Formats: sequence, C-alpha cells, structure tokens
Amino acid sequence: KIESLKVTVDFLKVPLGLKKPPLKEALAAVPGPGRAKPLGVERHKPRRSDTMDNESQYSGYSYKSGHSRSSRKHRDRRDRHRSKSRDGSRGDKSVTIQAPGEPLLDNESTRGDERDDNWGETTTVVTGTSEHSISHDDITRITKDMEDSAHLDCSRHLGVSLAGALALLAFLTPLAFMLLPQLLWREELEPCGTPCEGLFISVAFKLLILLLGSWALFFRRPKAFFPRVFVFRALLMVLVFLLVVSYWLFYGVRILDSRDRNYQGVVQYAVSLVDALLFVHYMAVVLLELRQLQPQFTLKAVRSADGASRFYNVGHLSIQRAAVWILENYYHDFPVYNPALLNLPKSVLSKKMSGFKVYSLGEENTTNNSTGQSRAVIAAAARRRDNSHNEYYYEEAEHERRVRKRRARLVVAVEEAFTHIKRLQEEDQKNPREIMDPREAAQAIFASMARAMQKYLRTTKQQPYHTMESILQHLEFCITHDMTPKAFLERYLTAGPTIQYHKDRWLAKQWTLVSEEPVTNGLKDGVVFVLKRQDFSLVVSTKKIPFFKLSEEFVDPKSHKFVMRLQSETSV
Amino acid sequence: CYFIFFSFQQRIEIHKLRQGDNLILGFSIGGGIDQDPTQNPFSEDKTDKGIYVTRVTEGGPAEVAGLQIGDKIMQVNGWDMTMVTHDQARKRLTKRNEEVVRLLVTRQSLQKAVQQSMMS
Repeated sequence: KIESLKVTVDFLKVPLGLKKPPLKEALAAVPGPGRAKPLGVERHKPRRSDTMDNESQYSGYSYKSGHSRSSRKHRDRRDRHRSKSRDGSRGDKSVTIQAPGEPLLDNESTRGDERDDNWGETTTVVTGTSEHSISHDDITRITKDMEDSAHLDCSRHLGVSLAGALALLAFLTPLAFMLLPQLLWREELEPCGTPCEGLFISVAFKLLILLLGSWALFFRRPKAFFPRVFVFRALLMVLVFLLVVSYWLFYGVRILDSRDRNYQGVVQYAVSLVDALLFVHYMAVVLLELRQLQPQFTLKAVRSADGASRFYNVGHLSIQRAAVWILENYYHDFPVYNPALLNLPKSVLSKKMSGFKVYSLGEENTTNNSTGQSRAVIAAAARRRDNSHNEYYYEEAEHERRVRKRRARLVVAVEEAFTHIKRLQEEDQKNPREIMDPREAAQAIFASMARAMQKYLRTTKQQPYHTMESILQHLEFCITHDMTPKAFLERYLTAGPTIQYHKDRWLAKQWTLVSEEPVTNGLKDGVVFVLKRQDFSLVVSTKKIPFFKLSEEFVDPKSHKFVMRLQSETSV
Repeated sequence: CYFIFFSFQQRIEIHKLRQGDNLILGFSIGGGIDQDPTQNPFSEDKTDKGIYVTRVTEGGPAEVAGLQIGDKIMQVNGWDMTMVTHDQARKRLTKRNEEVVRLLVTRQSLQKAVQQSMMS
C-alpha cells in the first residue's frame, strides 16, 4: 500500500535573506541522520492541524500566515488549553490595537455583522491605527519570522554556499590555467602575439556572460521553498564539477608536469573549458526554463470547499514545481474563499432533522443492529416525500431578489454621490477653503453611500472583506484616477480573486502538498495531488494534452459555387 | 370502410397542338435529379427525383388524353424519365420532329376497399 507523503511547501513573501532550495535536501540526503530532522519537523504539522480543525471553523488566514512551524507548535499547545476565545488576540504575547468602529478580523460572519453596524451609521471619519501602522501583533510576528527562518535555513545556506563555491571554482579555473604558466616558468614560454590577445578578449567576455547567466539562472532569490531537491539543478552541479575536475587532471598531467612551452596551446585549452561551461549553461537554460514552457499537460484545480475550478496548461514540470505554478495562478484566478457562502440556509436543512426512529425487537448483535438501523433510516428518509428542495428553491429566489434590490439601491446611491464632486479646473476661481485633496473628497461623499454599501455587503456576506477604511481608500483611489461609479463598484459587486483583498489578511503563505508519488517526479497523465490549507484544499489532477493529427485540405477559392434550391416548373 | 393507396401505371398518348411556331402539350412538369425533391407536393416519397405533372391546362391536349395532375412520368416515347434532369425532361417532351408523345405514367389512387363495395 502506498503511503502518502506529506511535505510542506513554504512561501517566502518577505525578503529575509538569500535562500536556496534545491541543494539543501541533496546535501541533507547525503548524511543519513541529518535528514531525519527536517522531516521530523514536517511530519508534526499535519497532526497539529487536524486537532486544530476540531476546535473551531475559522479560516486560518491572517495572523496565522507567516508564522513558521515552531511558533505554530507553541501556539497549538496553548490553544488547546485555552477555551474558545472570540476576540482577535490569538497571538502569543500580543495585544491587537484596534481602531474604534473598525470591524474586527472575525472568522465568523455573525460576529462581523454586529461589528459592522458602527461604520455604516456614523459619518465621522475614523483615523485610528488601521493598516497604516504596525500593531504589536505584527512586530512580534516579524521577529518570530526572522529568528525561526534563520534557524531553519542553516541547511539551505549550506546548499547556497556549496553552489557558490562550485561556481567560483569553475569561474576561476580558466584564469588559473592561463596565469599559472606565466607565474611558474615565464622565461621558457614562447612568445605569443595577436592570437593570444584575441583569445584573452574572448575569454574575458565569455566569462562575463557566464557570470551574468549563472546568476540569472541559479542565484536569484527563489519565489518558493520546495520540499525536495531540485533534481535538475543537482545534476547540473555534478556535471560542472566533473567537467572542472577532469580539466584540472589533464592540465596537471600534460601541462604542469611537462612544463609545456606552447603558451598559445595553454590559452586555447583554457578557452575550450570556458566554451564547455557555456554549453553546460545553455543546457541548463533549456532544462530549467524552456522545457516547461511548451504545454504538455492540462491541470484541473478544484477547490474542495465550494467547487470553484480552473484549467491550466503547463509543460514538463515536477510535481512540486507544478504545485507552485498552480498556487501562483490560484491567487489571481480563483474567487476568494468565503466560508459564509458555503452552507445551505438553516431553514432548508432543519426539516431534515426529524427522521424516523427505528426500534429493534429481539436479541441481536449490536454492531449489526446499528448498521442495519442506519441503513433503514436512510432508506426511509429517501422514500419519504421530501420538500426541502422546494424550500431551497424559494429561499434562493428570495435571496436573489433581495440581493438585486440592495444592489440597485447601492448603484443609485453611488452614482448620486459621485455627482457631488468634480475635478478642479484651472480656470475655476475657488475659495481655498473649498479645495479638497482626494482623501477629503472621498470622506465627503462617503457618507451618502455608506448605508447602502453596508447593507449590500451584509446581504452578500462580504462584509468581513471590506472595512470602512478599505472602502474609503478605494474611493480615494477611484477619485484620483477619474473613475466612474461603475468602476468604483466593480470591486464590490463581484467577488474578486484573493489577491485583491488586503495582503496581510487574506494571503496565506503556508500550504501543504500531499501526493502519493514522490514530489520530484515529473507530471504524468493521471497524477493527482492536493494542496492543503486548514479549511479547504485544492485538488489538482493531470491530463495529457492529446496528440493532434492535423491534415491539410486545399480548397480552391474558385470552387465556391452555389445554385438555387428550386422546384422549377416548366410548361410544355 | 377504409381507404387504400395504390398506384397503377397508365399509358397516355398525347397529340401535340400547334400554336404558332410551337408544339404544345398543355401541361407543366416539375422535378428532376437536379431539383430539390422535398418541395414536390405530389410525390409520396420525398426523395423521389422523378418528373411529375404539376399542372394540366384545361382543354389542352394532355387533359384530353387523360393526363392528371400529380402523375409521375416514367417514360416518354421509350426514353426513361426517372433519372433525368429537369432540362433533359423538357427537351424530351418538346422535340420538334415528334407530333405524338406516348407517356408511361404512374398514378396514385385512393380507392375505397373492395370489400366495402362488395358489401354495399
């Protein structure tokens, strides 16, 4: 039986130093016991998240994001001892400074409703600490990040340093090849004029190109942490190492030992090494960058919570890289996950509660009895005339109607509000007291649309995503760029992708990759892997793009001729 | 009583009438392999591309000879008319050197059951 491997994929969104994913595991794989440690840490996580799921149904975004593993373990233990607390201060030792009237980051929409009432009714402006200032919570989170990532990335630093050392060695070898004869047996060397100078220049430029190219390919800051070694990179490193070593061997035997006098030959030897390195770099470009561009597979990503799905075309990728690709696209393609929209309204489901009661007469085995009972209940419930679909239908229709009415009111209110301000033209002579900057203009017209906006957001259950401050900011933004009311409303009338909402709150960085095959395997037809968050997961399945047989058919443009369809009648 | 469809063949001999410079027969034809058979109101099978009589002028030679509207012309003077184009059919009927045309036509008829008539 194949056991599923649970591996963690971390995203790094805050620049916290150069980290190199691939060789960390390669070198960690070499010493056996060294490998157990990172895996041990990773295996702990899934169990913790299971227990946490039983506690409450929060979405786990926001302050959970960015916390790395060890801090989460501490918090998990503490959470289990604490009773369910409803306020936002779930951080370790932090207090959340909260603006008055600003709705809290609440995970259950009912609480959000009560908090929302404040900002709709008042017309005063709230300028408390909102997204502009860093609360104490944020500061502790950032320091935790820094110390934890430093601890975890020792192994990653090892990988980076090894790759850097190898690159440096490969870079300096041709220079050494050319300099050593000059240093050691200068007097015996044959003079070498123009050809050597030409070769020197070509070596210089090729090394410069190699330097830039390898920086671009290998040493840029990665956008994600991968759980396993990057196979191709490791192979390329091995290849470069072997190349350089064999060149040194030949050099040592043929040139150093025998003190070759032909300096031009030595320089040409060095140039051939640089050419070989350039070709290895070319192969690296093809393997790492180009191979994945031509689409070979179609990935279907389905969100388990509400069924939102998308299709993507990718080339040859390993499973872990495909996972990162999917996640990059997830944030701007999928509509934001709204837990409030998932459940059927209670009125529809409550009728189902009253079911049949099954009594057992006689002595029977209890286990058999229970399954038999449950089956009987289910069968009876299925046969009974069930009108809950009816209620669901009417409830849906009613909800639609309500949403449309609120939406109409909102649109009218916003349109009217926008008519109250206009851009200052140069020729207008206005009192300086009447001239406003965008922020003040936004505040001035916000009051008239606030109530309609609040009611609409509440009906569509979007109010956790939009605070008053965010709406004001968006309004200011739209006014500055001369947008129409419709452009302003675009953000609220449809549920946008996750990346549209405020970064700190809704972007999660921690995803878990669950796959039955090793994650460094390439994609194949039928591979399925799951990207998990606490409250939902993305199930990704692969299909190979079929082989298309395209045949040609030539149609002469002059061959397009037509006749009337008729029933002619001729008299004879 | 009930009705049965059956078709029977009939031989009709038409003597052409001279009208000025033309010899006319006094009926109109429709159909042909280059025509749309679904538009034919007289055919029983809508894929039948044969030549049908669509109109018979009153008092003309065709009516006198007994040709009826809806008849399918199978042969004209021995020439087959079931697989001809409209124009070919017209040409075969209007040959200048022929004064008499002998047609083999098929006609669908609606008759009451023989049994009924026997009983009454």
